[in-house]
Amino acid sequence: MLGKLDWSAIPFEEPIPLIAALVVFLGMVGVAAWITWKGWWGYLWREWITSVDHKRIGIMYVTLAALMLLRGFVDAIMMRTHQAATLFGEGYLPSDHYDQVFSAHGTIMIFFAAMPFIIGLMNFVVPLQLGVRDVAFPTLNSVGFWLTATGALLVNLSLVIGEFARTGWLPYAPLSELEYSPGVGVDYYLWAIQISGVGTLLTGVNLVTTILKMRAPGMGYLRMPIFCWTALASNLLIVAAFPILTATLAMLTLDRYFGFHFFTNEAGGNPMMFVNLIWAWGHPEVYILVLPAFGLFSEIFSTFSSKPLFGYRSMVAATLFICIVSFMVWLHHFFTMGAGPNVNAAFGIATSVIAVGTGVKIYNWLFTMYGGRIRFDTPMLWALGFITTFTIGGMTGVLLAVPAADFVLHNSMFLVAHFHNVIISGVLFGAFAGFTYWFPKAFGFRLHEGWGKAAFWFTLAGFILVFAPLYLVGLQGMTRRLQSVPVDAWAPYLLVALAGIGVMMLGAACQVIQLFVSIRRREELRDLTGDPWDGRSLEWSTPSPPPDFNFARLPHVEDEEPYWTIKQRAIEGQPPEAPESYEPVEMPKNSPTGFVTAFFATAIGFALIWHIWWLALIGAIGAYGTFVVFAWRDEAEYEIPASEVQRIDRARLEARRTWHERREAVG
Amino acid sequence: MSEATTGALPSDISARSGTHDPYRIGRPHDGLHGHGSEATGHGEGGPASRFVITAYGFWIFLLSDIIIFSAFFASYAVLSRATAGGPTAPELFELPSVAVQTGLLLTSSFTSGLSSLATHRRDMAWTQIWLLTSGLLGAGFLLLEVQEFTAMIGEGAGPTRSAFLSSFFALVGCHGLHVGLGLLWLGTMMAQLWVKGFRADIRRRLHCFNLFWHALDIVWIAIFSLVYLLGVSS
Repeated sequence: MLGKLDWSAIPFEEPIPLIAALVVFLGMVGVAAWITWKGWWGYLWREWITSVDHKRIGIMYVTLAALMLLRGFVDAIMMRTHQAATLFGEGYLPSDHYDQVFSAHGTIMIFFAAMPFIIGLMNFVVPLQLGVRDVAFPTLNSVGFWLTATGALLVNLSLVIGEFARTGWLPYAPLSELEYSPGVGVDYYLWAIQISGVGTLLTGVNLVTTILKMRAPGMGYLRMPIFCWTALASNLLIVAAFPILTATLAMLTLDRYFGFHFFTNEAGGNPMMFVNLIWAWGHPEVYILVLPAFGLFSEIFSTFSSKPLFGYRSMVAATLFICIVSFMVWLHHFFTMGAGPNVNAAFGIATSVIAVGTGVKIYNWLFTMYGGRIRFDTPMLWALGFITTFTIGGMTGVLLAVPAADFVLHNSMFLVAHFHNVIISGVLFGAFAGFTYWFPKAFGFRLHEGWGKAAFWFTLAGFILVFAPLYLVGLQGMTRRLQSVPVDAWAPYLLVALAGIGVMMLGAACQVIQLFVSIRRREELRDLTGDPWDGRSLEWSTPSPPPDFNFARLPHVEDEEPYWTIKQRAIEGQPPEAPESYEPVEMPKNSPTGFVTAFFATAIGFALIWHIWWLALIGAIGAYGTFVVFAWRDEAEYEIPASEVQRIDRARLEARRTWHERREAVG
Repeated sequence: MSEATTGALPSDISARSGTHDPYRIGRPHDGLHGHGSEATGHGEGGPASRFVITAYGFWIFLLSDIIIFSAFFASYAVLSRATAGGPTAPELFELPSVAVQTGLLLTSSFTSGLSSLATHRRDMAWTQIWLLTSGLLGAGFLLLEVQEFTAMIGEGAGPTRSAFLSSFFALVGCHGLHVGLGLLWLGTMMAQLWVKGFRADIRRRLHCFNLFWHALDIVWIAIFSLVYLLGVSS
């Protein structure tokens, strides 16, 4: 009846996951009770859960990512504290559990923290920057989000029902085959990633179509904001790379469920093929994450230096160069696995060459700041922290790209320090910068600067304190994923790293406090103009938060900084004429399709993990039924009457006029 | 906040007379580029029409689907000689049956093309007839494939026998799964067309279905040549 599922799946004898799960469960019950007490369920269902508005979906993506970021951070804290504890004794994580912790840390951070954060920012910002009202396929967008949430749910479910993979964040075969990993851990990984991967692919298709086919009148390719260019490159990579992941994990699934021999040791299976295939997705994935971060840093450098971006066209070229070359370097993840010197040399050179594209970008950012009047608001601090630390991470990457050096350094803590060095300063700082930068646009008030700056300095200091010693201890020969480190010579380094993670915890605490303080003081932090940072692209021409339809009339774009141009003309005494009349706007209707699909997808995933076949069948029928019901609807859109559009747009103009007059009066 | 925002108020962003162009790369807007509702989304004319957007998005999806197939093709290429002492391709493949399968699938692609012509004429009867014909041909294809698979498994040449057979069953089965899902979609589509008529959204979906069906043909041609023909000749 319940397949492999019985009471032994609950780890009663292990207090740590049980208590953690209990805390999470109580937290969820608490939040649910609070929502019930406030009577917000109806509002949540109508305005958020069923929403197909790209802004709302973007915000939900970022919320999911922030929660998962905390979850992954807890794993990181456990690893650092446990390793430090093993210097003096046993530590507190049995090896079996420790393996799950580092596997879950990588899986959650990449798939459920970094990806949703970046996708959420793209979802929110790209249509606003393109000057359009929504993405190409709004309901599909909602489906994509909820499928990602399904994956996150399954991974977290593994904490208390069964176990998670012990194979690392990429389940290398043959370790991940049934023979060596007979439990449900790898199955949790497979179905969680497979389901959320479908969601990511849908998002990729959606955003590529949006950027290529839906732009405001006049916005030719070379007038698109640089963030849209990087989003385009990133989503093209999603469309080209995620299917490889889907196929590879499908092959591993066939091996595990039906006894196929893709990656097994016997019957001609080829484990090396798994490593090749997974990295053919895995390396582009790195750039899927970091390219949008590069784009938003470009926006921030330009905005906070009060200058146009230096070398816009070379930036576009560098982005597309990275986009293409990212498919030609995957083998550098396994130089030591016997491809031979010539192949290694070719991939080593390609890897060094890809750094040229990034180098172009770094010089462009420096020249953007050169001669500008720089404002050191929180987003700019994250950007400056990025450019300094990322350069170091990039250089250690070029070092690792030399095959001969890689033979010494592979699988060491040096490698761990390298990729955290680029991914934290690139993606995580980018996510925080984008979060602070666009938060006023999303919610209508700024984040508190003081707490934001404190969060930045603690995070930066903690980040350096953790990973600088790991570089050194890696050079001394410490390998990654060690459950026990009884080496006295490494103790000082691991203790500094331990202190570092403490400082990073202060940074995380500051972020949470920042959010609470900002919400409490939202009236004094209110952004009345819609343009809190003196921005240059079209999202800042809308009120904060933007209305459902974003733009009362689609803007007409004549250069690459359309909003800046309008402000300049206004200064020169050519205020643009106010629209005399408004037209009604058609917007897509909200739909529970995404949520219901995800409900059935969760059932399917859970059923397949535990071999509960009847439940999987019910889930599949339910998902198909949802698809038919959605396809059958007659009214896909609703109309916002012209009077309503006019009322909202006039309110926007009035708010700006009041603010302006108050400024004039102050002087 | 700098003085940039302190001038007269930007009330709208459709000002038309500017020359500010810091990179001097924007093409001059002479008002001749607008394509109205026929815009293909290249910028000048604003967002493309719903039909263009839907079809374009579906093309992108098809490309991603073809990448899934290429991963399976790659694994077949790697594993095709890993027979582990088991049966080999020339011993297993029966070209006559595969030729009939190919004929059925290609014909069904042709009839689905005829259905799209009928759709263009808004001819309900012929659209339905040609869709039904495509579906029947597709089902015939699938039936032969299932027969082939069960026969092979019966001979002890199932996917668990060797890595070669694993990759063969996965690649051809993945295509078969697509055909099966396509049939499900086709049935749903016919019912929808029957109930809703030639509404704009139904026509968009019919167009996507046709693209999907033709794409499966292209994949099959690759399977036929690279798996069956090359396999028998090796």
